[in-house]
Amino acid sequence: MRRGRDRLIAIVWPVALGTLSGALLLLVLLPIAGLLFTSSPGQLLRGLRDPLVAPAIRLTIATTLASLALIVVCGTPLAWLIARGRGRAWRFLETVIQLPVVLPPAVAGVALLLAFGRRGLLGPELAVFGIGLPFSSAAVVLAQSFVAAPFYVQAAVAAFRRLDPDLLLVARTLSAAWPRVFFTVALPLSWPALAGGAALSWARALGEFGATLMFAGNLTGRTQTLPLTIYTALESDLQTAQSLSIILVAVAFALLVAIRAGGRR
Amino acid sequence: MTNRIRRSSSAARLIFLGAAWALLAARSGGAAAAPASKELLVFEAASLKDVFAKLAQRFEKDNAGVKVVANAAGSHELRTQIEHGAAADVMASADRKHMDALLSAGLVVAPSVFTCNEPVVVVRAALAPAIKTLADLPNAERIVVGVPDVPIGAYTLQILKKAATKYGADFPARVEAKVASRELNVRQVLAKIALGEADAGVVYRSDAITARGKVEIVTIPADLNVIADYPIAALKAAPHPDLARRWIDLVKSSEGAAALRDAGFSACAAR
Repeated sequence: MRRGRDRLIAIVWPVALGTLSGALLLLVLLPIAGLLFTSSPGQLLRGLRDPLVAPAIRLTIATTLASLALIVVCGTPLAWLIARGRGRAWRFLETVIQLPVVLPPAVAGVALLLAFGRRGLLGPELAVFGIGLPFSSAAVVLAQSFVAAPFYVQAAVAAFRRLDPDLLLVARTLSAAWPRVFFTVALPLSWPALAGGAALSWARALGEFGATLMFAGNLTGRTQTLPLTIYTALESDLQTAQSLSIILVAVAFALLVAIRAGGRR
Repeated sequence: MTNRIRRSSSAARLIFLGAAWALLAARSGGAAAAPASKELLVFEAASLKDVFAKLAQRFEKDNAGVKVVANAAGSHELRTQIEHGAAADVMASADRKHMDALLSAGLVVAPSVFTCNEPVVVVRAALAPAIKTLADLPNAERIVVGVPDVPIGAYTLQILKKAATKYGADFPARVEAKVASRELNVRQVLAKIALGEADAGVVYRSDAITARGKVEIVTIPADLNVIADYPIAALKAAPHPDLARRWIDLVKSSEGAAALRDAGFSACAAR
């Protein structure tokens, strides 16, 4: 009786594991295969000849790099403060900064409009300086930074927390001032994790769609990044949409591989 | 061991009982609402959503046991869904192009135009004094239009081209210079203006009147305007062809016409 059940389990268990994992794998892999294998390379190249493509690639590179710079330059100090901070306020701040990760993109777009738009919280103040953020490339950068920053900050906080406190203490007692400890001890030791966080952030910025569409609009060369171009091309030319999607998949995959390789060191 | 198994089997029984109860409850609840439930699946252009919802109430009252299920989206999206085998009964499109494509693919039967929709200029309320006619459109600081690939964007381009004959050859370029964004559907154009982020744009009258108070409507002169046709048809593979027929009859009835008129649609006769 018992042996029979064991034998049954020995058969059912691997089959169940295999079937269930296989189903999920297929769900993820089939759409990617659909993107890659339903057009010939010639058709894919033709898709890239659409006049929307070149400005979109240029704009996407420029805006995502600007976002990444903003995130790293402001996010590193913030992560340092959160990692060193003690008390509930800092834990709360750490939670708040993660909020964009779970917000629906449309919510992010509306929120940005209500903060920086004409009728937003800062709208009148910005107008005084003649700054109109919505529908500008700066709006694209803000939208990307808003949704992508948490990925970098989270990685940086974790990295700074992993630093050996004794090490920092020793550096301090060797009469190094805090800035020196930060730049010569903390940063070099956390470097790989920071790079991984930055790569993840960049990937998220590249894919930013909803908030950009709401807050920055959709204008070729000014606010139409690759994801918006894909959405726009769907109305006319599926081929262009597919070709651009493959580019984004390739870049995202390369970033993931790089992050994993970095993480393994 | 046996104990654990017994416990898990009693847990399974509990789940089973719970599921059976839920199923029964759902069925009896459903039975109370609709004795013989049939679902009429209507694919409708997004701009028709509110009117068709009103007509659906009427239809469900007249046809006991029938529930009208609406799928409102861009006409292009609806067409793609039907081409990929969506089991709809009726298709109502916001332009001829997509209906014609379905007709030549043999997917719909005898489409006919049931209403028309007139593009208008909408202006952010605060800016209304500066933009009183189509000719004033370049006075706006930020204009939002549809991408040329969606119907409203295509109509906008045609209207600007026609307007060039009256307001000067550079009129389209002067408008173009102020375009801040090309949205992918009418409601997004309207939203940007209703939110106050953009100053003016071109949308259908049926959309514009949903934002009355937030935007002012500027009528485009008839000789410069391009009117949108709305064709409707039953699908060849409609699961409920009789109901589909009856739905189309209701939409084209005087009651349907009145509901459409209230929603800002116009009769097409004038051409």
